[in-house]
Amino acid sequence: MANDLECRALVKSYGAFTAVNGVSLAVPKGSFFSILGPSGCGKTSLMRMIAGFIEPTAGEILIGGRSMRGVPPNRRPANMVFQHLALFPMMNVADNIGYGLRRRGMAKAEIARRVGAVLERIDLADSGPKRIDQLSGGQKQRVAIARCMVLEPTVLLLDEPLGALDLKLREHMKVELKQLQHQFGTTFVYITHDQSEALVMSDQVAVMNAGRFEQVGTPEDLYYRPATPFVAGFVGDSHRWGGRVTAQAGSDLRVATSAGLALRATAVVPLAEGAAASVFVRPEAIEVRVADGRSDPAPASADVNVFAGRLESLLFNGANSRAMIRLERGDLIGAVLPQNLLGTRLGEGAAVEIRFAAAATLAFPAGGDAP
Amino acid sequence: MNAPLNPAASGAAAPREEGAAARRLSFILVFAPFALWIALVILVPQLNLFFLSLREKVGPQVYALGPRNYTELFGESVYVLTLVRTVVMSLLATFATLIIGFPIAYYIAKIARGRARTMLFMSCLLPFWVSELVRVFGWMLILRETGLLSRLLQGLGLVDGPVELLYNDVAVMVGLIYTSMLFMVVPLVSTLDSLDDALVEAGYDLGGNGFVVLWEIVIPHAKPGIVAGAIIVFMLNLGNYLTPTLLGGKNSQWFTAQIYSQFITRFNWESGSAFGFVLLVTSSLIVWLALRASGQTLSGTIGKG
Repeated sequence: MANDLECRALVKSYGAFTAVNGVSLAVPKGSFFSILGPSGCGKTSLMRMIAGFIEPTAGEILIGGRSMRGVPPNRRPANMVFQHLALFPMMNVADNIGYGLRRRGMAKAEIARRVGAVLERIDLADSGPKRIDQLSGGQKQRVAIARCMVLEPTVLLLDEPLGALDLKLREHMKVELKQLQHQFGTTFVYITHDQSEALVMSDQVAVMNAGRFEQVGTPEDLYYRPATPFVAGFVGDSHRWGGRVTAQAGSDLRVATSAGLALRATAVVPLAEGAAASVFVRPEAIEVRVADGRSDPAPASADVNVFAGRLESLLFNGANSRAMIRLERGDLIGAVLPQNLLGTRLGEGAAVEIRFAAAATLAFPAGGDAP
Repeated sequence: MNAPLNPAASGAAAPREEGAAARRLSFILVFAPFALWIALVILVPQLNLFFLSLREKVGPQVYALGPRNYTELFGESVYVLTLVRTVVMSLLATFATLIIGFPIAYYIAKIARGRARTMLFMSCLLPFWVSELVRVFGWMLILRETGLLSRLLQGLGLVDGPVELLYNDVAVMVGLIYTSMLFMVVPLVSTLDSLDDALVEAGYDLGGNGFVVLWEIVIPHAKPGIVAGAIIVFMLNLGNYLTPTLLGGKNSQWFTAQIYSQFITRFNWESGSAFGFVLLVTSSLIVWLALRASGQTLSGTIGKG
């Protein structure tokens, strides 16, 4: 399959500081690729190099198979949707969308026809003569995308365009963006620090940290099979323990945490006995039961962790409600609250028991700079 | 739910009236100095001059109301030509100030950062700590026959004898541009400052070259600042007396010099007032035309600038 965008060992340094450190990526035609990372991880520098606003210190960028070395931004077959959209306030909606076409010296009638067609496509057929400040946030978003799409770029770059929207609209725009991408069939490269945006919309996600890609994979891969402690900590919620490996058999580990908890865990990367480890478990992998006092809180089987604790607080948030449980050793763990326990029988301070499978308890070598 | 709110709301009615009266009083107190200034220093003298300009001398100490001062002005071609020349030169100087000031303002607002930016802005401002007279004498030292430039040209062997660079239109233009540069740069810097860099980048990203971005994005955005700066500079040029007189000498033929000579040399206050009024009306007309042509409003140039 042809790659619309390829970066090879891309480096960008500012003096002694390296913003992007040897990043390589390949985005297949027509796919939705996200770059996910905390602020300051270098994703904006990467995006600006692809757009052509800054020159890479080393490495190569290919768009549609063509090297972009020395090609200025106005000649690249990539267009960008800016963080704050950067719609031109001195022009109306139609002139904003027609701006790029006018640059190509297209005939007026043809420009009007194409602008009309794209406005229809984004459901703003009558908004051509409107001023930019007469549009709502979602409409501006669509105009900003249409302004790029009308130029039929090989790659569309999106720089956190949903950041400025309120939560409800953001949720709506996620779905709409994905639909627009389907409709136009263009390759989208989307950068964000919001993992849910990346997970919901993307075919492939690259998790970026400190100038490097930690892992590139499908959203499922990142969530269920994180390759590094950073990814495990950054993508989705998880509880993290630091500890030391006390026993090892293949990928099955026993880890003693610094608080003295004995965990059964699965090694993602080979870990030797005595090695320092970081252990992650997701809240939805933790099962909460009411301790009725009759059953002994002993392991039900060899591959399940079982701990007794007390319910410290309930954080209600609809389907994402959490139970914060204080273990006997002092750790405070958040678990997804089962619907049947919601609010009714469980009072704060109630004795509970938590269980989570060893297979869902992932161990990495410690020292990774997890967030 | 609303019950606890109601007593507070009804109880607030009386203090609200009191508050309004206090606000009105403080508004009057704050506004009074400004109103007095406008009325006493601008409105009253101008009205006085206006009536003076409509007074015709029919005999010693005998005056009648009539437009003769104006008909005399427009009947004498030297006055009309002086007015036209002053307006054209002022417009040219304004345009030149804009062309020179725009890149400076763009550099200060968009390219310079931190200390460099402050330093540049200060270096635009510093010459204005010195009186206009001294600044004009500075130019005279440079441009006169035995001045710096003349000596430099001689030293380089480009000219044989001393050259007089003063007392011509170019010298007047140089002086006018230098004198009013700050008043162009300040409004331009403040409008260009508010231009989002992303707009410029988007302009390039969507296929525009430098000229297109300047013409379609930067200049439309800076328009209020351009118009504001141009109005101020034009008015300063038109009403400037010192610079054209000193740098242009007898040949300067500036309209303000005509007004001066009517008042002071000929002691003809009636005619001088008429000249003053013609200048006021002409400049207002040109500013109005410029605003119409650029699609701006006077309040817009102040508000956004």
